[in-house]
Amino acid sequence: MAKVSSPRDLEQYQKQAKAARDKIETFITMCGGTGCEGSGCREVIKEMDEKLAEKNLQESISLKVTGCQGFCEKGPLMVIRPAGNFYCNIQPDDVEEIIEKTVLKGESISRLEYQDPETEEKILKEEDIPFYQNQERLVFKNNGYISPTRIEDYFSVDGYSGLVEALFNMSQEEVIEEVVNSGLRGRGGGGFPTGQKWKLTYQEDSDPKYVICNSDEGDPGAYMDRSILEGNPHLVLEGMMIGAYAIGASQGFIYVRAEYPLAVKHINIAIEQAREWGLLGENILGSGFSFEVEIMEGAGAFICGEETALMASIEGKRGMPRPKPPFPATSGLWGQPTNINNVETLGNVPLIIKNGADWFNSIGTENSKGSKIFSLVGKVNNTGLIEVPMGITLREIVFDVGGGIPGGKEVKAVQSGGPSGGCIPKDLLDIPVDFDRLSEVGSIMGSGGLVVMDEDTCMVDVAKFFLDFTQDESCGECPPCRIGTRRMLEILNRITSGEGQEGDIELLERLGEDIIDTSLCGLGQTAPNPVISTIQYFKDEYEAHIYDKACPAGVCQDLIYYNIIEEECRACDRCRRVCPVEAIEGEPGGDPYILYDDICIRCGNCIEECPFSAIEIVPGQKE
Amino acid sequence: MELELERVDEIVEKNKEEAQKKSPLIPVLQDIQKTYGWLPEEAMKRAARKLGVSLASLSGVASFYNEFRLKPLGENHIVVCTGTACHVRGAPLLVAELERNLDIKVGQVTEDQKFSLETARCVGSCAVAPVILVNGEFHGNMTKKKISDLITELE
Repeated sequence: MAKVSSPRDLEQYQKQAKAARDKIETFITMCGGTGCEGSGCREVIKEMDEKLAEKNLQESISLKVTGCQGFCEKGPLMVIRPAGNFYCNIQPDDVEEIIEKTVLKGESISRLEYQDPETEEKILKEEDIPFYQNQERLVFKNNGYISPTRIEDYFSVDGYSGLVEALFNMSQEEVIEEVVNSGLRGRGGGGFPTGQKWKLTYQEDSDPKYVICNSDEGDPGAYMDRSILEGNPHLVLEGMMIGAYAIGASQGFIYVRAEYPLAVKHINIAIEQAREWGLLGENILGSGFSFEVEIMEGAGAFICGEETALMASIEGKRGMPRPKPPFPATSGLWGQPTNINNVETLGNVPLIIKNGADWFNSIGTENSKGSKIFSLVGKVNNTGLIEVPMGITLREIVFDVGGGIPGGKEVKAVQSGGPSGGCIPKDLLDIPVDFDRLSEVGSIMGSGGLVVMDEDTCMVDVAKFFLDFTQDESCGECPPCRIGTRRMLEILNRITSGEGQEGDIELLERLGEDIIDTSLCGLGQTAPNPVISTIQYFKDEYEAHIYDKACPAGVCQDLIYYNIIEEECRACDRCRRVCPVEAIEGEPGGDPYILYDDICIRCGNCIEECPFSAIEIVPGQKE
Repeated sequence: MELELERVDEIVEKNKEEAQKKSPLIPVLQDIQKTYGWLPEEAMKRAARKLGVSLASLSGVASFYNEFRLKPLGENHIVVCTGTACHVRGAPLLVAELERNLDIKVGQVTEDQKFSLETARCVGSCAVAPVILVNGEFHGNMTKKKISDLITELE
């Protein structure tokens, strides 16, 4: 087995990897991320493998299964390089044609090309698709190019050059200084300056010190960390090693959710490879720096994303947070100085060391530098993972990158920051996205979930959804969070079931403020945010629920009813057949059908089935 | 059901050996669950003894984390993602459909032990929401119709 024992060795291996890559005529890069897996990419990959073998093409054509390419909505995805053809929604049956036409003859297959939802124009190449055009892919840059399970691929994109730069050309203080100057702030939610955090841990005079990579990505609606680990695990490992060198740690931990099996697998492979190649272990590259890393699989507790709870979990305890100070930099894992960074934060580190703080600094706004990865989901045309420069407006994200709202509907709000964040109404979509502006409008950057909501989304229901989440995930340690969030949920439940009372809105606001002020950790301190921000911007919806007993968006089941529009009904009998509770009555071809509200469970089957749009949802309760 | 408890000993030994600086306690529970599909009390007792901790503290950890199951699952395990993206795209209707179709509530197992139903907070496949997992396999862009087809297939 080859070993990298000096910077020169590494350079050599990088050259070899590049030469090997350049020898191959055609690359078929197929997205193998979890999103595409959900759309059936494994079958396409299998078919492609078999067909290439059958045709004896494995020598000149390389099938590369990459990490997430971001455009999950259109999966399974494929890019044929260097020609650049971008194909989406590929089925196994398409494989033969792709090889024969595109790979061998250079002809494009129109059916598989991306179609712009607005102009209906077909677009041939990845870089011309608006979804990709408006992005700034730094951390994600290589996700669609390299195979995450081959360290040689990472070498071929100058992988581990940042580590060499740090170990051989910079002192620990210089590395920290560079990261401080870059303005990098934590991408996991808090936004604390990364360099500062490193400095604090570096200054502690105690041994051993630990570094932890926090991959306990728990915010519902966010999956960027998983995609980085799945698609480019060596990048995270390199970032971690640079951090460990800077603060003087020789042991690291990657705390990753067990619910992310592919990420766990890929990071395990990466660690194994790094060990074999001599990039982990004693005296790395002959620099005198030694480092080992251990994986800890999270056992499914949202609270373990909180740093002190995460450390308790590594120590084999219930994941309960403890008061800060002392901060982990002083007393962390097993009471030792510990530095915890999020996956995306660490993914930025090698880029900063390689390209310099000034380069990083030139992207973004005054206090928020670089790019941010968001998972753009919900009621938006192009869903997927996007990496955009800080300072881009929400409107640009939703309409330029996201391609607008499906079905000609109106955007109502964008929710950012997961259960700790808030809902930003459409009037504020022109604010630049950075740490400070988002908190000014009552939300937070968070880990990067952006859920787009349209007119059919009920904001009270959304607030209830998040409260249900936080109260369920509350560890139960401090009463404001344990009891307070439950009380808030009870009030929301009564509002959405038609039992809302005068004064409920004020009660929610008061309770929320108290919980924010008195909770022990970040979970409780931010749990009321979704409720408070929706009251701030969508008070009329709360009032409609409480006073009119109506859900204007048509979501809350107790505050709506279904109605058959007599003039539209053709008595085709379809609705009656799909009704699971026999709430609809009528004779085929006879009079318009009748729907009994007291039996109806509002399952939506009849509305989906009716070809004449004759069944409507009416806000309010039937007389 | 007769459990082969010797396997618990192996699990504890293996994890004690593998853990460098982390505690082997949670990995042991994870492996026990991988082996038996859940955490049987007998296995927990044995593991606690082997690890040198009280059964109370081991149970305390097991009951804290969502991953651990203190009762067995059905032959086919269905998980509906109820994360934000799935929620706004109709996951609650899918849950209701499954509860109706299988005649069980979330967290229960059908009488014939064929199906169990759970919800998950977010499985991170938000772009193809709503998502359900059947025996660990992802199914994106789920509809009620696709669900009844799936269940018929599994029955």
